[in-house]
Amino acid sequence: MAVAPETSAEYIKHHLTNLTWGQHADGHWGFAHSMEEAAEMGFWAINVDSMLFSVGLGVLFLWGFRAAARTATAGVPGGWQNFVEWVIEFIDDSVRGSFSGKNKLVGPLALTIFIWVFLMNFMDLLAVDHLPWLAGLMGVHNLKIVPSTDPNITFGLSLSVFALVLYYSFKFKGAGGFFAELAFHPFPKFLMPINLLLEGVTLIAKPISLALRLFGNMYAGEMIFILIALMYGGGWVLGAFGGLLQLGWAIFHILIITLQAFIFMTLTIVYLDMACQEAH
Amino acid sequence: MNFNATLIGQSITFLVFVWFCMKFVWPPIMTALTERKEKIAEGLAAADRGKHEQELAQQKATEILHEAKQQAAEVIQRAEKRAAEIVDEAKADAIEEGNRLKAAAEAEIEQEVNRAREALRGKVVEIATAGAGRILKRELDATANDELIKDLVARI
Repeated sequence: MAVAPETSAEYIKHHLTNLTWGQHADGHWGFAHSMEEAAEMGFWAINVDSMLFSVGLGVLFLWGFRAAARTATAGVPGGWQNFVEWVIEFIDDSVRGSFSGKNKLVGPLALTIFIWVFLMNFMDLLAVDHLPWLAGLMGVHNLKIVPSTDPNITFGLSLSVFALVLYYSFKFKGAGGFFAELAFHPFPKFLMPINLLLEGVTLIAKPISLALRLFGNMYAGEMIFILIALMYGGGWVLGAFGGLLQLGWAIFHILIITLQAFIFMTLTIVYLDMACQEAH
Repeated sequence: MNFNATLIGQSITFLVFVWFCMKFVWPPIMTALTERKEKIAEGLAAADRGKHEQELAQQKATEILHEAKQQAAEVIQRAEKRAAEIVDEAKADAIEEGNRLKAAAEAEIEQEVNRAREALRGKVVEIATAGAGRILKRELDATANDELIKDLVARI
């Protein structure tokens, strides 16, 4: 469904551009029309499509699960309640397996991350052109429907998790204990600067790797879908081949989106567990 | 790939979602799960208890059945013994009765015989008297006498 006059490069670039709203260089506020314009807007701009889809999917998740929670009984569960319970039990098992302490936050946190990230990733399986085409009809020229291909979204998640890690580190180890953990390992105390450097990198690497892993996987997956979609413009034979490829990649991608959501959740639990452990 | 305020928006959204999940989603479901677990455990325990009770009842039933069988056998044995006794008694009674009847019949027969004998005797006397009368009438007729005696003998 590639728009005819576009070149391949334009098509790809178009699909990788967020709908950004911010202050233009000349001072007025509005949507950016290209990646460059969006970049010029600086930090105080917002990717409307990412926010819209991520909030929408999050609300969908909470609405669905809340519906099950409100009518939850100890009796025979209905279909949807059964599914929700199955998911929650799975998450609870994961938390019990990796998190040694007792904490009321970790379970809901892990659940939110898993389902939300999964749903955001799931948008990847929708055909790359349909929603942007619809949006185009309504006069919106750029639309990225997969929130987890936006680093802002993944870093938003991972930095929040990192904030929790710092909070629990201070809470359970105390400022001194946390500092000791960073400064007195793995080498003896007199090599404190080296220790601090090493442990500091390890600490910082946590949120960055968390965010970049998800972003990278989803971005690459989306890119492949876009490349396959390009083949539909190349005649019947190439188009049919592209259809086959898309089907194969989509099936494989089901595994990836679930796996990435699961990894994000598990690592979050593990990081929080490390933060909550009193003695190193 | 440029960072902007989406980052902050996403973080805030995330924290709100986690809070909502922690407040309104996680606890009711976990409560339901725990309650159901307890219910299932109770149900299983009750089932075990029921099974045990059933086993006990079965055992008791077998015992009662056994006892009843024993009693029945005893009753039958006693009845058989009694029946044999009755038969024996009846036999003895019958023999006695038979003997009695036989004795009565014999006595009657004897009586009858005696009566007949008496009657006969009477008749013989009568005939003898008649014969004697006739003989007296035809004293001199020897042949007639002989005939008379012969006739007398034949009539006896």
